[in-house]
Parts: sequence; structure tokens; C-alpha cells
Amino acid sequence: MTEAVLLSRVELKNSHTLKVYEENEGYQPLKKVLGKVEPGVIIDDIKESGLRGRGGAGFPAGVKWGFIDKDSPKTKYLACNADEGEPGTFKDRLLMMEDPHQLIEGIIISSYAIGVETAFIYIRGEYHKEADILDAAIAEAYKGGYLGKNIQGTGYDLELILHRGAGSYVCGDETALMESIEGHRGNPRLKPPFPAVVGLYGGPTVINNVETLSAIPFIISKGAEAYSAIGTEKSAGTKLFCVSGNVNNPGVYELPLGFPMKKLIYEVCGGMKEGRKLKGVIPGGSSTPILLPDEIEDLELAYESATPGGFMLGSGAVIVIDDRWCMVKIAARLAKFYAHESCGQCTPCREGTTWTYKILKRIEAGGGQEGDPELLLDIQDNMFGKTLCPLGDAAAMPIIAIVEKFRDEFDQHIKEARCPY
Amino acid sequence: MGNLSDSSIKEIKKIAEKYPTTESALLPALYIAQREKGWLAKETMDDIADVLELPKVRVYGVATFYTMYYKKPMGKYVIQVCTNVSCMITGGEEIYEHLIKVFGIKSGETTGDGLFSLLEVECLGNCGNAPVMQINEDFYENLTIKVVDEIIAKLKK
Repeated sequence: MTEAVLLSRVELKNSHTLKVYEENEGYQPLKKVLGKVEPGVIIDDIKESGLRGRGGAGFPAGVKWGFIDKDSPKTKYLACNADEGEPGTFKDRLLMMEDPHQLIEGIIISSYAIGVETAFIYIRGEYHKEADILDAAIAEAYKGGYLGKNIQGTGYDLELILHRGAGSYVCGDETALMESIEGHRGNPRLKPPFPAVVGLYGGPTVINNVETLSAIPFIISKGAEAYSAIGTEKSAGTKLFCVSGNVNNPGVYELPLGFPMKKLIYEVCGGMKEGRKLKGVIPGGSSTPILLPDEIEDLELAYESATPGGFMLGSGAVIVIDDRWCMVKIAARLAKFYAHESCGQCTPCREGTTWTYKILKRIEAGGGQEGDPELLLDIQDNMFGKTLCPLGDAAAMPIIAIVEKFRDEFDQHIKEARCPY
Repeated sequence: MGNLSDSSIKEIKKIAEKYPTTESALLPALYIAQREKGWLAKETMDDIADVLELPKVRVYGVATFYTMYYKKPMGKYVIQVCTNVSCMITGGEEIYEHLIKVFGIKSGETTGDGLFSLLEVECLGNCGNAPVMQINEDFYENLTIKVVDEIIAKLKK
């Protein structure tokens, strides 16, 4: 087994407290660099480590930081994206509940490297206990001299504000997240300008996922090389995979990138529940195209992996579906989600998600008509790449994959005017 | 004014100082008001607009965008059942339909005794323990209909 990068402390009793964190190498990386290492050197380190954004897009974290103009006269900000809303995803929750100081330390080091003096954690509203734990950890960090004025006597100041969302998937988009922090409706902004240029309150802003920032202390402590030695050439480090659905042992597992999907399902997660047959795997959160059993045969869980079915690593949320389930029903449920969460700002997404849901619901209820599958694909084509934020793409991709890969199920629903399941 | 309590107003003003702009305190302010009043009546939102010196329409706009702000009175226990895919394929839909029958209400409605509100919700981010529901601020995990019945019976006491 590879060394744990992110979950090294989660099994410890009271792992969420400052005391346990400090007793287990916590805040040592911060002391190593704060006021001692040039911010630019830290950014280079993170670039060299190969750490990629864990929110879903996989953009290299150090490169993202490098986009910030360090000489900008405007106030710079960092926002930690803890709006874990992609269906099937529940990894950041574990990091926040069991090792909040690791995240806070990651935020402090990152803020120092970028030149930020006000940082935010944007946590989804439904995470009540998680927010309470983070709140307490932030208070401890202030008391311990890790946040606030003149951190550890280095002259560096950082304020960290926990901001709670209030039930909106689209706020996981970085521009909608910024709108929400600023006290607005979560309508995504037009890009460009990108957040690195014009972000929060008009200042240059970096937005990183909880899992990304939680990896920073390890990289600083053990070195970029130790991190990039884990995983594959293009996908460095470990990743948290959150497996749900019809497996024996669902849960969060930290694995080196490049780990085989089949091994994850059949060994790590103990295989299919009640010995049922695998029908499909949603590999990286509900927005990623579903894969058929033969498409995961040799699939390695890495950003660069390709399979005929169009693999996306996404957020690492693996939803395993057994053969009892009707794929039209699954598609309809996904479509309902996106229709509910579309902010309504872009017409293709607002109309497209609703039409998609209505048509799928009708097919599932036995009212399917010839030509419906083609109509569904046409609607997805009119959404994909035609909206301000990625929600339109996220809504279209799973529907395209299900219609194309399970076409016979759609035809059967339409022909028999009922759901055969 | 006269609707929101002085302590809530004080809390909102204190939070507003933390942020670079006062209007950033709008989401926290709505939570503070909802915690005091149970839901957000128009008059409550007007109070928030006054405290934060924002146009009233800004407050209504934000409150109606986010699902966790209640725009009508809710029951003592707000039950949110997830029926998204991970929960659906592990029995979440049956649990939701069971609760509809038990309470005789639809999603968004409250029982006549004011005890329970039922909401069908999207992914709650706890899929490893599916099916899940939240009652007020607490998660209930790995549910079966039997377990749900026991939880409801306990709350009724």
C-alpha cells in the first residue's frame, strides 16, 4: 500500500483537534516555510509535485496559482471549494470532519504562497456538523497563532472565513461560488475574465478544492518528488475515491492514481452486493458518462486514462449500479437533478434540462414515442458547450452516454409502452 | 422593524464586519433570521435589508435562489430525504414514498400537527452511507423502512 497522503490521521482518536494534529507532525510544514521560503519557490514546488485540482477538472494546482499576478495592486483572495455537491461525492466531508487542521494548514501555506491575506472556505449548507467542526478548528488555529495577525511571529497575516452555502449545486462552479460569497444569487459569471484576474471583490482569486489544499502540507513536508513518485506520470499522488451504490463496502478510499477500477470495485469494496451482476459504473460523479462492464476491464483511475466509453476521473465519485436497475429511470433521475439545479441564466441549460427530464419521465411512465432517443440527443447537443458554466455540459454528458449505451432499453420502453423493470 | 430580535441584529452586524463588503453577510444573515423565526417571512427579510442597508429586492432574490431558506412556515422536524442515484439504488425512493404515505403529505408540505415537514432533496453528500436523510441538522444513515419508522416514533414522543 502507498503511504497515506491525505488520510494519515483520520483513524486517530480526536483527529479533528489541534492537539492531535500538532502531535502528529501538524503545522510543521507551515513552520518550515512561513517567512523562510520565498512564495515563488513554494509555487514552483507545487508545480513540480504534479498536484492536479481534485474538484473534478484536474487542472494543475501550481499552474493555477501561477496565473495570479503577484504584483497586482488589488487585494488577492483564496477560496476553498467545500461545496461538495456532485452526486456521489462525499470525500471532502471526511477530510473536514476528521482532519480539518490539515485543510487549514493547506490553506495557510497556499495563501502565503499566493500573497493572500483573506481566505474563505465555502462549505455546502447541508454540512451542518462538518461546518461546526471546521468552525471549532478555525477558532483553535487562531488561538494557536496559526491564523490572524503576525502568524508564528513571521509578520504574515491571514484571516480565514467560513462561509456556508444554502442548497445550490451550481455554487460549486467557481464563479457562482464567488457570487455566493459576495452575497448574491449563485449565477455563474461570464469567463473571461478568469478568477485569477478578476475574482472575489474584483481581486485576483484562486479557488481550490478541499482535497487539493489538504495535500499541500504533505508536499511541503516530504517534498515534491515524494508526491510525484506516487501515482502515474501524468496523475501524481493519491486520490480519494468515494464509492457508493450496489457494492458490499461503500466508502472513501485513498488510493494512488492509476489504481485499477476493477480492483477498486471487486477487491477494495468487496465486490457487488448479494453477488449481483454489474450493469454500469458512473466513474467520477453524476456528470461523467456511465461505463459498461467491458469498458472498465483494463481501466486505470488516472486523469489521462482513456477507454472506448469515454472515461472521466471527475471528482472520484464512483457509483456502482447492478442489473436490477432500469437505465431510463437512472437517466430520468439524473435529469431531474440537473433540471432542479440549473440556475436558469442560460436558455439552453434552463430549457434543455427541463425538457430532458420531461421526456425521460414520459418514456419511463410508458408514454415514449418513436424518435424520443434522437430528440434527447438533439437537446443534449444544444446544451453541450453552449452555457456560461459547466452545468450544461454536466447535464448533457450522462444523458448522451446512457441513451447511446443503453439504446435497446429505450426502444423496449417505447415499443412496450411501459417500463420492463 | 420590530420583527427581528436585537440579539439577531447584533449578530448580523458583527458578522458583516468580518467580510470585505457588508452585503457578503446576506447569506449568514438569512440563516440567523431563520434560526430565530423558523422561516423567512417578507417582514423578516425586510428587517435584514434594513440592517445590511440593501434594497429589499436583493434580499428576496437571494432568499428565493437557495433551497435551504424556507419561504413558508415549516414543521418542528424538517425531514429531507435524498432520492438521487446513490440513494435511489439503495432504497431511498422507497423510504421517501413510505414517508409520503405515513404523513399523508407531499414534498414541501407539513403535517397538520405542525410536527413534520417532508422534503425530497438532491444529493446530501453522504452517499457512502446511502440511503440517507437529514432531520433538521442531523444525518440518519444506512436507512431501512423499519429504522425510519423507529426514528419517527421516537420524535413523536
